[in-house]
Amino acid sequence: MGGPGGGTEDLPTPRPRPAQDTHDSHDAAPGCASCALSSGGARLARLGLAPGRHDHVVALAGNPNTGKSTVFNALTGLRQHVGNWSGKTVARAEGGFTYGGARYRIVDLPGTYSLLSTSADEDVARDALLFGRPDVVVVVVDATRLERNLPLVLQIRQITGRVVVALNLVDEARRHGLTVDARHLTRELGVPVVPMAARRNEGIPELLAAIAQVAGTRDAPAPLRLVHKDPALEEAVADLAGRVAGQFPGVPNARWVALRLLEGDPGIEAAVRDGTLGELATPAAPVERAG
Amino acid sequence: MTLDEMPRDRRGVVTALDTRGAERRRLMDLGLLPGVSISAELRSPLGDPTAYEVRGTLVVLRGHQARTVHVELEDR
Ligand SMILES: Nc1nc2c(ncn2[C@@H]2O[C@H](COP(=O)(O)OP(=O)(O)OP(=O)(O)O)[C@@H](O)[C@H]2O)c(=O)[nH]1
Ligand SMILES: [Mg+2]
Repeated sequence: MGGPGGGTEDLPTPRPRPAQDTHDSHDAAPGCASCALSSGGARLARLGLAPGRHDHVVALAGNPNTGKSTVFNALTGLRQHVGNWSGKTVARAEGGFTYGGARYRIVDLPGTYSLLSTSADEDVARDALLFGRPDVVVVVVDATRLERNLPLVLQIRQITGRVVVALNLVDEARRHGLTVDARHLTRELGVPVVPMAARRNEGIPELLAAIAQVAGTRDAPAPLRLVHKDPALEEAVADLAGRVAGQFPGVPNARWVALRLLEGDPGIEAAVRDGTLGELATPAAPVERAG
Repeated sequence: MTLDEMPRDRRGVVTALDTRGAERRRLMDLGLLPGVSISAELRSPLGDPTAYEVRGTLVVLRGHQARTVHVELEDR
């Protein structure tokens, strides 16, 4: 999928950090498989690369430079490249951990602003979210730039309810005098929102608890439904969504697929043509019974 | 005026996007929506591309893209 926005480049974004903060930039990645972190009885064991079987797949998504790889390193003990500019992660990286008796495979994705118009790196993220069958999508957002970050959260909520929002960089927000009302956001988005400062390991136990809760639930919230005001458009979407659902039974977001087809989205058109879209229908585990 | 004409030392508010389809979608995904505040930060020697600050992040646009973004200068 050569993204339609190929002419647009996103400059490396400097994220200047005050000097007193740099000393703790290493504690999130101890690279120690036996290190454990406990949270209300459940313990984290970092498994590094962790090949082999797993119970749940977790995908880490979010805008560029929000701390996805920092979270990944904290959970797996690996050392994915972390740096002070956007676009550090250009391909997916995988690792593992165990928590509360379950084994997790976690996928670190390149940053993306959108699932709708994508550049080459962003395609990697979008394909993993759409066709990688994650049991949980953790969307890492920058608490200091919420209005820039929330559109992607809403787009992901339109394809799945199996979402945890990691409200990262709250230490930096605090320094700017910003506090984010996480409980209000949780209510608005219908999914857990966990305030955290991944580089200081703050909020990691709470994130793990939220991941385990979503991974284990059989009734995750349904994908968000955007209703369009134009009745002709609504009719076309409903008609096409019905046909998509007929062709690919069990696809949880036929409506979203129909909207992309009406927009002429080349990636989704290809997925319909070659049948990859059917992979949307079979989440790894457990089977989703969204209402 | 359009974004390519906006002076370096000023901020503007996006008023309209004069483009359709995938180009429009991409601009919106990068945060260029009506009502959003924007400034020109770094121009390459020939003025194309230019980096703009919008919603707390630098975004690089080509001249042909900037010419489709209508802005109103903010008061100093
Ligand atoms: N102050 C602070 N800095 C953080 C936190 N989490 C990550 N960072 C820093 O933010 C920068 C980006 O972190 P990464 O983990 O590389 O971000 P990413 O989302 O993987 O970036 P891309 O792969 O480019 O999309 C690095 O300098 C991190 O050290 C945090 O909680 N607080
Ligand atoms: Mg990364």
